[in-house]
Amino acid sequence: MSGSLQLWPQQASGHAAQLDTFIMAFTVFVALLVIPVGVLVFVFAVKYRRGKTVDRQHAPNRKVWLEVSWSVVPFLAALGFYVWSTSLFFELRNPPSDTLDIFIVAKQWMWKAQHPGGQREIDELHIPVGQPVRLVMNSQDVIHSFYVPALRVKQDVVPGRVSSLWFKADKPGVYWMTCAEFCGTDHSVMGGRFYVQTADEYAAWLSSSGVDQSLVASGEVLFRKYGCSGCHAASSAVHAPDLAGLYGRAVALASGETVIADEQYIQDSILLPQKQIAAGYEPIMPTFKNILRDDEVIQLVAYIKSLRPASWRVK
Amino acid sequence: MTVGATLETPSERASYLRAGYSLRSWLTTTDHKRIAVLYLYAITAFFFIGGIAAALIRLDLATPGGDLLSNEGYNRAFTLHGVVMVWFFLIPSIPATFGNFLIPLMIGAQDLAFPRINLASWYLYVLAGLFTLYALIAGGVDTGWTFYTPLSTLFANGYVVAALLAVIIVGFSSIFTGMNFIVTVHKLRCPGMTWSRLPLFVWSLYATAMILVLATPVLTMLLILVCIERLSGIGIFNPDLGGDPLLYQHLFWFYSHPAVYIMVLPAFGVLSELVTAAARKRIFGYWFIAYSSVAIAVIGFLVWGHHMFVAGESTYASAVFSFLSIAVAVPSGIKVYNWIATLYKGSISLDPAFLFAMGFIGLFVIGGLTGLMLAMLAVDVHVHDTYFVVAHFHYIMVGGAVTAFFGALHFWWPKITGRMYNITWGRITAALIFLGFNLTFFPQFILGYLGMPRRYHVYPPEFQVLHVLSSAGASILAVGYLLPLIYLLYSLRHGQPAGSNPWGATGLEWTVPSPPPKQNFAEMPVVTRPPYDYPIRDPMSRE
Repeated sequence: MSGSLQLWPQQASGHAAQLDTFIMAFTVFVALLVIPVGVLVFVFAVKYRRGKTVDRQHAPNRKVWLEVSWSVVPFLAALGFYVWSTSLFFELRNPPSDTLDIFIVAKQWMWKAQHPGGQREIDELHIPVGQPVRLVMNSQDVIHSFYVPALRVKQDVVPGRVSSLWFKADKPGVYWMTCAEFCGTDHSVMGGRFYVQTADEYAAWLSSSGVDQSLVASGEVLFRKYGCSGCHAASSAVHAPDLAGLYGRAVALASGETVIADEQYIQDSILLPQKQIAAGYEPIMPTFKNILRDDEVIQLVAYIKSLRPASWRVK
Repeated sequence: MTVGATLETPSERASYLRAGYSLRSWLTTTDHKRIAVLYLYAITAFFFIGGIAAALIRLDLATPGGDLLSNEGYNRAFTLHGVVMVWFFLIPSIPATFGNFLIPLMIGAQDLAFPRINLASWYLYVLAGLFTLYALIAGGVDTGWTFYTPLSTLFANGYVVAALLAVIIVGFSSIFTGMNFIVTVHKLRCPGMTWSRLPLFVWSLYATAMILVLATPVLTMLLILVCIERLSGIGIFNPDLGGDPLLYQHLFWFYSHPAVYIMVLPAFGVLSELVTAAARKRIFGYWFIAYSSVAIAVIGFLVWGHHMFVAGESTYASAVFSFLSIAVAVPSGIKVYNWIATLYKGSISLDPAFLFAMGFIGLFVIGGLTGLMLAMLAVDVHVHDTYFVVAHFHYIMVGGAVTAFFGALHFWWPKITGRMYNITWGRITAALIFLGFNLTFFPQFILGYLGMPRRYHVYPPEFQVLHVLSSAGASILAVGYLLPLIYLLYSLRHGQPAGSNPWGATGLEWTVPSPPPKQNFAEMPVVTRPPYDYPIRDPMSRE
């Protein structure tokens, strides 16, 4: 038999430590509810065994206040834990503003990552220690789920949706990353190594990984190559929405709704342009669904995100 | 049928087992007791098919490389295990066998309200089973029992449509059974059998029947949509065509979360009967138990979203579903305290049925409270889709529902067959199942917290020790599940005649001979006493 008996997962982040504290406190709570049950079953089974002489008079068959108390007290205690765990969860769902964004594409059966500088890797992910990292994830086929046990985080990656996940790892090391949502034949071998590196190591890794261009630079090339600039450039004669400063802005739609222009919105506008039409524009944009590869979509989204309003147009 | 042929005592001559011996007399029967026995045969067969798949899975996981099966073969094995165990064992087990057999006897009726529909639902069950076996023999399915899209619609290999049809058909069987129970409980209670005198087993099946009738149609429609999508590609769940894969999950769990209560509510009902009979004492808090069954059935419809905390559901929706899940988990877990309080000052006999009940209480409490852990958002993010979840729902479904099924089998076996089985072997079995179960599934909580995802055929070697423990436990569990097959079947030929009330229990079913006559009651009973009306004992009594 290979491998030693491990009983607690590694911790690679502050969140992992907080969750471990929570689970230990909760285990104590559960034990307080379970142990009396186990003890009393045995005590009663022995003490009141049939054939034993023992006082059985005045056996109660209802005591409303007893029932209410043993229902309400655990419920209130559970609510305390609810508040605690929900606040941890809200932290997981609200990334800080200074995250390093790394793009992930999941497909049967591999994780493909692209760093902002254009570096790519498969079934490995290098990230710097102490820096909030946000993963922006797409799936090409079925639902996958990105999972790093040492960080205690996971997020499903659903086709057609941009999923995101953020964490701040604070212990350098090599951890296991994997897929948690059943995704077909080779589900159990989808995954690999998750490297948490010091800033210097990460910089060295970035520079040693060969890249042609950064994501933004490749996106800019694609922006021209596929003719996006023909309509969306400021000088264009076609009436198309201006993309400068789009990212993060509220966009009014023809349907009357308003959406925040996040990665999901930008990607949908490229692949499913009829889904959300910006108010005041004709629905004339064609889909690029079968034209762009998944990594090209990521590059285009990165480029569009990078477009800041030109200085002379700032209001 | 040899079951009836071997029973020779004169008092049993008029029993339902002797009302015709031919196969035809069984296959065209409308007697609820015979239909219950037909279900018992069919369900037992599927329990062993699902069990063989489970054994293959555990054997394969004894090594990190999964040397027994291929990746594909492993996926097909766990899909088969899930589909068979959920739809062909857990959901129908207690309602279709013990519910069919006991509801009319417990409420003083001659049969269910719709005897022919009852028979039809058994045939639907068998037909659905044949579809499943076809899918199995033809090559299997690799979607998992949840059939998540777009895997099941666009990418899965195997006989997905045949498996879906099987689940759709068995769903109709469930709906028929549920409808039959509801009408029977409303219309066929004998004089004096008021709602406040209804046995708690009937209350729990009444609540279960409401879920069956209200939730199953959602699953049926959903799976029909999946079939259509798989065959014609219309794009309801395909994002490329504007569909939404998460729509599938919402609808699936809208059925499948209440389905968990379809599995455990009947088990609660069984437990209430077993505990009162073993303690010879009126149950503690009759109304709390009766109403909480109904409340669980209702609130169970509001918590499906807790299966989707990491799927892409909004943060606030998750927070609400988390709260509602705690609201339903606490009362259902606390029910256990009522059974414990029932034992206080009782006259407890350690019969096999009671040992199974004790086992149920221990396992269900662990399953229920780990469910509470899973309802906590931050915990779920870490352990969702890991072995923690696998361990949790096996504690509920196998530790809970299956243990209750075995408890019911040992409690009502003398009533069904008219024969006693070997009590010692029954006790040994209850102990083996409890030990084997814990050894199998407790290590999986640790595996899950360590981060071992579920449905993994190949895994990192540091998880092996815990997996080997689990596989070893499974072999003990297998012995525990096989033993009753031997001594119960042996009892059919060689068991002592049981008499009408071997356990000294209350309840109308114990007032008729064992096995009951075809017409149940010679004359319509009239109930004048409260349920579980055990005599109040003298102080310092030995009884």
